[in-house]
Amino acid sequence: MHETVVAESILKTILENARQTGAKPVSAIISCGQFNVLNDEVMSFAFETAAAGTFCEGMTLTVKHIPMRATCKQCKTTFEFDIYHPVCKQCESGEFDFEPDAPLLLEEIEFEENE
Amino acid sequence: MKVSLNQKILSRNEECAQKNKAFFVEHGVLCLNFISSPGSGKTTTIARTIRDLKDKLKIGVIEGDIKTDTDAQKIRAAGADAIQIETRGACHLSAEQVYNAIKALDAETKDVVIIENVGNLVCPSAFDLGENSRVVMLSVPEGDDKPVKYPGTFAGAEVVLINKIDLMEHIEFNLERVLADIRVVNPNAKIFQVSAATGEGLDQWYEWLLKRAGRSDD
Repeated sequence: MHETVVAESILKTILENARQTGAKPVSAIISCGQFNVLNDEVMSFAFETAAAGTFCEGMTLTVKHIPMRATCKQCKTTFEFDIYHPVCKQCESGEFDFEPDAPLLLEEIEFEENE
Repeated sequence: MKVSLNQKILSRNEECAQKNKAFFVEHGVLCLNFISSPGSGKTTTIARTIRDLKDKLKIGVIEGDIKTDTDAQKIRAAGADAIQIETRGACHLSAEQVYNAIKALDAETKDVVIIENVGNLVCPSAFDLGENSRVVMLSVPEGDDKPVKYPGTFAGAEVVLINKIDLMEHIEFNLERVLADIRVVNPNAKIFQVSAATGEGLDQWYEWLLKRAGRSDD
């Protein structure tokens, strides 16, 4: 359910940017990591609800899931870590060193072209 | 027209979390953020910790619940100051709520501030409250699949408390599996097996807590 807070936070930033540019926002891209994960359906619904009746109504929101890289402590292979299937793809061991997980980011907003 | 931002989404929460963190550093206060499912025994464990360490640590507690102040009452009955935050529907605490509670608690007069987050193993882990350390709890009756179902939450823990260990003989609970699943996402977590009801295993938790708070004898 933290998607609701994320949706409100994104909406606020998009509305601020829309005010500055004077153009209507049509879409936005956000990204998240593997540990701080967002559910796509819940996120879309939360954003749709938050945006209803605002300048952002009807916008599409895309969630990008950024993989996290892990290195196996046994065979030293580096690979994209799947948090729901946490075994080394090479030797199937379960001990890793992790690279930092990606933060929650509002990457990009697309606005309608002004005539 | 595309505008590239790459801006942190929860930046307002993070800014406030940094203020909280700075406060705890300035006043030499250890702040712990307790995260678990509802019913795992957070309040009971915190209350017992307060009682057992009352001569060694001055603990203050910030309680987060959707409704009621029953948890704050239990903490006060154990002999510590407590501030209750009623989130009224929100499934987690935010850094701003904690910032206000710190003031109300006179947190600078404590050795340790424990934040008992809203019972929920998902959302609280996304919100930094400015704590020094996260304590994630699970209890034996919840089942042995919690770490594998909520890996993100266990990944961020400095300490994992496995509570209600006294019930293990009555309930099918594969402890080895739990320990292995935690180790996969968090190889450095300190894991303590405790029972807040019987007191079993709490001495190791206390030893860690005293050391982390800089109040250890050795």
